[in-house]
Amino acid sequence: MKTYELFDHTADLGLEIYGRTKKELFANAALALFDMMIQDARPPTKRGGRERVKTRTVQGADVADLLVNFLRELLYWFNGLGWVLNRGSILMCGNKKLVAQCVVEPYNPKRHMVKTEIKAVTYHGLSVQKIKSGWKARVIFDV
Amino acid sequence: MSEIGLEKLDDNRWLLPQTGAMRVPGIIYANEKIRDLLKHDESTRQVANVAHLPGIVNFSLAMPDVHWGYGFPIGGVAAFDLETGVVSPGGVGYDINCGCRLMATRLTFPDIRDRLKELTEALYRRIPSGVGSTGYVKLSGKDQKKVLEEGAAWAVRAGYGTAQDLETTEDGGCIGGADPEKVSARALERGKQQLGTLGSGNHFLEIEAVEEIFDETAARVFGLHKGQIVIMIHTGSRGLGYQICDDYLALMVKHQTETGIALPDRQLACTYLSSGRGQNYLAAMACGANYAWANRQILMHLTREVLEKTLRASPRELGMRLVYDVCHNIAKIEKFSVAGQEKKLCVHRKGATRAYPAGHEAVPACYRSVGQPVLIPGDMGSGSYVLAGQAKAMDETFGSACHGAGRVMSRSQAIRSSRGRSISRELADRGVLVMAGSKGTLGEEMPEAYKNVHDVVDVIHQAGIAKKVAKLKSIACIKG
Repeated sequence: MKTYELFDHTADLGLEIYGRTKKELFANAALALFDMMIQDARPPTKRGGRERVKTRTVQGADVADLLVNFLRELLYWFNGLGWVLNRGSILMCGNKKLVAQCVVEPYNPKRHMVKTEIKAVTYHGLSVQKIKSGWKARVIFDV
Repeated sequence: MSEIGLEKLDDNRWLLPQTGAMRVPGIIYANEKIRDLLKHDESTRQVANVAHLPGIVNFSLAMPDVHWGYGFPIGGVAAFDLETGVVSPGGVGYDINCGCRLMATRLTFPDIRDRLKELTEALYRRIPSGVGSTGYVKLSGKDQKKVLEEGAAWAVRAGYGTAQDLETTEDGGCIGGADPEKVSARALERGKQQLGTLGSGNHFLEIEAVEEIFDETAARVFGLHKGQIVIMIHTGSRGLGYQICDDYLALMVKHQTETGIALPDRQLACTYLSSGRGQNYLAAMACGANYAWANRQILMHLTREVLEKTLRASPRELGMRLVYDVCHNIAKIEKFSVAGQEKKLCVHRKGATRAYPAGHEAVPACYRSVGQPVLIPGDMGSGSYVLAGQAKAMDETFGSACHGAGRVMSRSQAIRSSRGRSISRELADRGVLVMAGSKGTLGEEMPEAYKNVHDVVDVIHQAGIAKKVAKLKSIACIKG
């Protein structure tokens, strides 16, 4: 099953993200964000590498706002803290709150080639919906 | 959106009638060709959406470079009443005070022809560009506070340029009311490393030559003549600005229901200008704007140094001078005549340039006889334009004009259609030397991805918003 695909937007970057469950949708959205920004966003890591596990609680007014707030937090991890997401899972996901456990490592220009600068996660054309095969979300990123 | 009917007002303007919950009608500046392009994207719907916001005055406007953005269309202009109106961080955009700076020199093309590659490479090495690029200027917390409060003046005091540069910068390179206390720790942290950097995407530094003069008098006043080498810089407030916008957008979305304002698109999240939250945003936005002016001022200084060194020219021989610096993502409190009465309004320019006419007090004294320079970069192959603001801009567009060519192709479309081609070779065939951090950027930014800048500028010229003064041809371009 494909986890995400691009859709056309004139100025920016549109992503349609899928998941069998809501937890999977959010996890796939997180990986898609890093896939857009960095080539080989999930590189194999050696034992004893610089990976770290981060657990975060994120809140939102509703499920769509929750997705934006989750992605905006991850975007800050990269843009502000210089962390690259390697993998992650959603431990708990309601409509207004989630708990995510993420494995990150510091950005290393030797291993991580930056493809696209993503400035922000927008609310424009945002949707999170339950579909027959699970969950689907549409998000537009400002690039 | 084809289902939204536009009524033709004249050759350059289309009326978007007031329907549903729109508080005012919309006006889109476009010729038939540009109007046809609008059928393929959502920008007309976005012009209508902006018209839903409380306190909007006269019209929701779009310039001829209008295209589908998020929330506001790119190329959108909207003014709001200070008492009943709102301010919207999305109406300014993430890149607060993204703008253009044009520098003139005493050089002509033959002076640099043989050294062009060397010069471009030297600029590429010296001007930090690309994603996450960091600058030479390392700011202490105390210095950063001053940058946010003082803008370009801080850069001049720190040795990057001269006081004369400030005279020909919009608002002297500083918006008042900036309060660093209203900027988050995250935004401050992101700003520390990025002062004096170009960034990536559509940001650039370009060496251009004056190709054609349309208005001799205005060109003379701006100090431009045919054959002259000029340099254009396009960048903004970098991560600091993005973070300020995002922080306040999140805050406004969180409290949107308290305002009682119904929105057709969450990205238009806003708050009343008279509220504490609205005032805090303006104070933080001013910090972002001032940072961007300091950034472009520093980049100008680095450019000057590179040119002097590479061409072994004295400052006098080079004669580098700031023609003008404009911002095109901003919300500002400005005075306009509304129904015969002078009123202060909050003008949002989201991808739109201020275009004040001759005689306006905010136009630098040296240009007041002809109007404010309006800088319009085109795509990498087509070059740029310099216009001068006209009186009609005050009557019709809250003193605003277009800001560029405007995209027609999505970035992924552009990458698809550039696959298998060498965009840098194609541009070289057109006489433009390009150096970019990534091949992807070149594909995304290929000339066909944009509208024809000549059409866009002609609409503004014919509508009497700003008049054409000079056309600039690209010679070399540095992209992040």
